[in-house]
Amino acid sequence: MRSFIIRRLLLGVLVLFGAVLLTFVLTRAIPSNPAAMWVGPRATIQQIKAARVELGLDKPLYVQFVKYVGNLLKGNLGNSLRSHQPVAKELKSALPATMELVFLSTIFAVFIGIPLGLISATRKDQWVDHLSRIFSVGAVSFPTFWVGLFLQLIFYRMLGVLPLGDQLSTNVKLLYTIPHITGFLTIDSLITGNWVVFKDAVTHLILPGITIGLYPIGLVARMTRSALLEILGEDYITAARSYGLPERMISWSYALKNSLGPTATVVTLSIGYTLVNSFLVEAIFSWPGIGSYIASAVVCLDYPAIIGVTIFSACAYIFLNLVADIIIALDPRVRV
Amino acid sequence: MKTNILSAKAITPRIREFKLSLFLLNRNKLTRLALIIVLLLVVIAVVAPLVVPYPTHIDRDNNPQAKLLPPSSHYFFGTDELGRDIFSRVVFGTRISLETAVLAIALSLLIGIPLGAIAGFMGGFVDDFIMRITDIFLSFPSLLLAIAISAFMGPSLKNAMLAIAISWWPWYARLIRGQAISMRERQFVKAARAIGTPPLKIIFGHIVPNCIAPVIVQASMDLGGVILTLASLSFLGLGAQSPTPEWGLMISTSRNYFLDAWWYSFFPGVAIFITVLAFNLLGDGLRETLDPKTRKL
Repeated sequence: MRSFIIRRLLLGVLVLFGAVLLTFVLTRAIPSNPAAMWVGPRATIQQIKAARVELGLDKPLYVQFVKYVGNLLKGNLGNSLRSHQPVAKELKSALPATMELVFLSTIFAVFIGIPLGLISATRKDQWVDHLSRIFSVGAVSFPTFWVGLFLQLIFYRMLGVLPLGDQLSTNVKLLYTIPHITGFLTIDSLITGNWVVFKDAVTHLILPGITIGLYPIGLVARMTRSALLEILGEDYITAARSYGLPERMISWSYALKNSLGPTATVVTLSIGYTLVNSFLVEAIFSWPGIGSYIASAVVCLDYPAIIGVTIFSACAYIFLNLVADIIIALDPRVRV
Repeated sequence: MKTNILSAKAITPRIREFKLSLFLLNRNKLTRLALIIVLLLVVIAVVAPLVVPYPTHIDRDNNPQAKLLPPSSHYFFGTDELGRDIFSRVVFGTRISLETAVLAIALSLLIGIPLGAIAGFMGGFVDDFIMRITDIFLSFPSLLLAIAISAFMGPSLKNAMLAIAISWWPWYARLIRGQAISMRERQFVKAARAIGTPPLKIIFGHIVPNCIAPVIVQASMDLGGVILTLASLSFLGLGAQSPTPEWGLMISTSRNYFLDAWWYSFFPGVAIFITVLAFNLLGDGLRETLDPKTRKL
């Protein structure tokens, strides 16, 4: 078990190195001119040349790569070409907003997705199953950004009960001091007992939360259903039935427990999807997270910012894959 | 003559298998519906420019005096901010989405199949090397990699397609590698090797044709996901550029107007949803009927 985790960790490091190399190749393969971007549109040729030296772009590629990796190891992702601020700092301040969405959607996936899959599997081919299958296949077929727009249209424009976007209303931002402890707005305002801010933050969280939660719910429900169906056909389930155990007990404690491996895996992986889906959702709800950050970076080709987000997300994804593999390995049946 | 009879004999069980699959596919109502929708979409994509009411609204003409009109008998889906008929544009968008998605998948198959087959057949160092490369590509969420690649290549429909292909091929390489490994020990491959067939000829003449079926199934299942990815890229401004009537781009442009003109974003979104849903349902059906474990006779 331990040797498996160590081997898996080493592989993770190797893959991470490869990912860094790949992003580096990407930035150098582009037909654009970062130095010109750095000094702005009115710069002279001399200034651009000076900027090339300043950014180290005149050095051979391998020197640039070594320097780049060295910086990465120190947690330095370079400076944004637009704001000239360190990308790592900007990412750090944008991250909690995104994590709030990711947490919420994971909660949805676990507490709605899994029961939905379970109900579906235990009532296979009944109308509940059909309904939940249509819902879950529909949930993964909707364009996320379109769902967001329509929730805005219904709840903001037509019903007028929920805000259009952003994390807080403008008047709340102006009139109240916004607490900064963990960076998570809902948690911070809850800790400090700042109810007005808390309520405002929660109402702003509802629409983006639902939008981004839809896909993981569908994905997890589908996966749980198919994993359970396979297990419900096993001999020990038939045995449990023949002992006369109540159906509820069989499905919840026998079958569900045994399907937890694949289900946990898909939940972990859906966190990765959610992270990327947040790029689209944040763009719609003007949510000040890393999604809005990369979307605006893409528009003006701020490559250190794009690479920063890419490397960060790849790290998160590699880590989540590692967790998923370890969860699978915890199952004594697959232990080698 | 003799070889003909032999090959006919060899092919009969496959035809029977194919007919059986078709029968099973057809028996599931949802799958049949999905199949019909997919076929319909293909027909629409082919004939699109001939049947739309305002073919010039697709990418040439503006019609500013009729801007942002709600759906009516003249404009079934209403008009956009330049007075173009949204119905014509959504219908034509079918062609763009399907064409680009099919090309992207074809391209990733073109990269993935040879690499996967070589890795599986050769084994050893070559296998390790190729598989570590796929691991690296798979360590990025595919949409993120596609975003990064198309951001760096410059936004256009062609680059979005390339970006998708570059981020999807590792899945096919993995799939076909697994198949190729099981093929490697089969008698006919050993026989081919024994009579001195060169490795590349074995790979492309014997291995690939015999393990391509599951890959094709997987690829057709992936079409929905690719269409969605393409729309997402266009929505972020990284795919199709104006005035191309691409669904994701239309929704992106509609963001400035949709609070007062719901039809503008509604219909392109429904088009994406129906297309992706049809491919996903078809994929589910294919998987259930072709997988002997879940197949019910």
